Amino acid sequence: MASSIRWTPPGVIILTLWIAGLVPAFRSFWLGADNELGPDPVRSFEHLLGLWAFRFLLASLAITPLRLVTGYSLIRYRRTLGLLAFVYALMHVATYIALDLQFDFAILWRDLTRRPFLVFGMIAFLCLIPLAATSSQFLIRKLGRNWRRLHRIVYVALVAASAHFLMAFKTWHPEALLYVLSGSILLIIRVGYKIRSQVRQTGAKM
Amino acid sequence: ASLATRPGGFGKAETPTSLADITHYNNFYEFGLDKSDPARLSGSFHSRPWTLRIQGAVAKPVIIDIDQLIATHQPESRIYRMRCVEAWSMVIPWDGIPLADILRQAEPLGSAKFVAFTSVLRPDELPGQRSGYGSISWPYVEGLRLDEAMNPLTLLAVGLYGETLPSQNGAPLRLVVPWKYGFKGIKSITTMTLMETMPPTSWNQLAPQEYGFYANVNPDVDHPRWSQASERVIGSGGFFGERRQPTRLFNGYGDQVAHLYAGMDLKTFF
Repeated sequence: MASSIRWTPPGVIILTLWIAGLVPAFRSFWLGADNELGPDPVRSFEHLLGLWAFRFLLASLAITPLRLVTGYSLIRYRRTLGLLAFVYALMHVATYIALDLQFDFAILWRDLTRRPFLVFGMIAFLCLIPLAATSSQFLIRKLGRNWRRLHRIVYVALVAASAHFLMAFKTWHPEALLYVLSGSILLIIRVGYKIRSQVRQTGAKM
Repeated sequence: ASLATRPGGFGKAETPTSLADITHYNNFYEFGLDKSDPARLSGSFHSRPWTLRIQGAVAKPVIIDIDQLIATHQPESRIYRMRCVEAWSMVIPWDGIPLADILRQAEPLGSAKFVAFTSVLRPDELPGQRSGYGSISWPYVEGLRLDEAMNPLTLLAVGLYGETLPSQNGAPLRLVVPWKYGFKGIKSITTMTLMETMPPTSWNQLAPQEYGFYANVNPDVDHPRWSQASERVIGSGGFFGERRQPTRLFNGYGDQVAHLYAGMDLKTFF
């Protein structure tokens, strides 16, 4: 383990993560309120929030593969990363409804019933809600095995968010492809290790 | 450079979007996929010398030099609304020449029913044409029915705000069809071909269920990705000041163009 991290109390790191994690949102909000976000500030802000939601989702999903590959565990920071993903997704959806659609619920309804791009986005967001709601230490202990089962929904969130991200562009977008590819690699590493350990277990039984 | 223009007859009541927003918020995939790419990456694009070729079903095929074209038809200024298929809009003070005036020079034959437009193909000057990331097959092509092309509203723009058209807005010559979605406004035109059959169009080739040949602005025909019922007004001021306004059929130009589509089902011919 890196000694510098060991010497810093985890609480301090978590607090720093929260503060640093929210900087992009606050900074853009400030710039947007000041009309410094370019010709289409609402859309820029909306996209920035969505991008950071995806980044934090990837970061939280990278913790286990990182441990599997390097043996280095950052598990105590995973909840913060997951919650940051949720907070960004929440701000992303709120910006879409409040600033972009300006509470035009007729359009919102049509968007969510007719447009696959937005249906996938909403599925991803809805998946994150129960995960965020059950993230407390108390519920983790109380739910036990069921907590782990429930939190497998995160993979549905990742797939839905990936579809939403790719479909947000009119043509294949290299940046979106790169993000989605990263998410796929994280999944492949997990699945790979899972299969390997099952093969070993079966081997041990024989 | 500033252009000698004369006042045209359209859109006097509209307040134009700022020049900064019009020149820094562009969909021009030849330069890149982001709206800031065209302003950033168009520095090495040469819009002079330039010739426009008119060919196909015409009595007199012509090749016209762009500066000669501007000199013979004094461009007029016209303020047009511009509605993008992505559900945003601007108001743009174009300087241009009615397309009909230019087409007449070539004397279209009676058999001509459509005009096909071809944009520039120069991968060494257009970064978006180099890498494989655009899934549009270059060059960009567009088309109009001949009666749409000859409508008095249809303009070939050579300027913006009284100045020569900037590269990111389609220099030296771009189509402006204000009652249609912005992607019909093909930029940096090199060739116009009069045809008897409907020509292919770039976005329609890429996703036919999303982009039709006509692409008339229509709040009642939704795009699979965006509701077309309303639009965000670009540059209407900051975060909380950004306006959303209802979209109008034919972008509000129905009086001039609705007759072109009499009897057509606009949901089928979208």
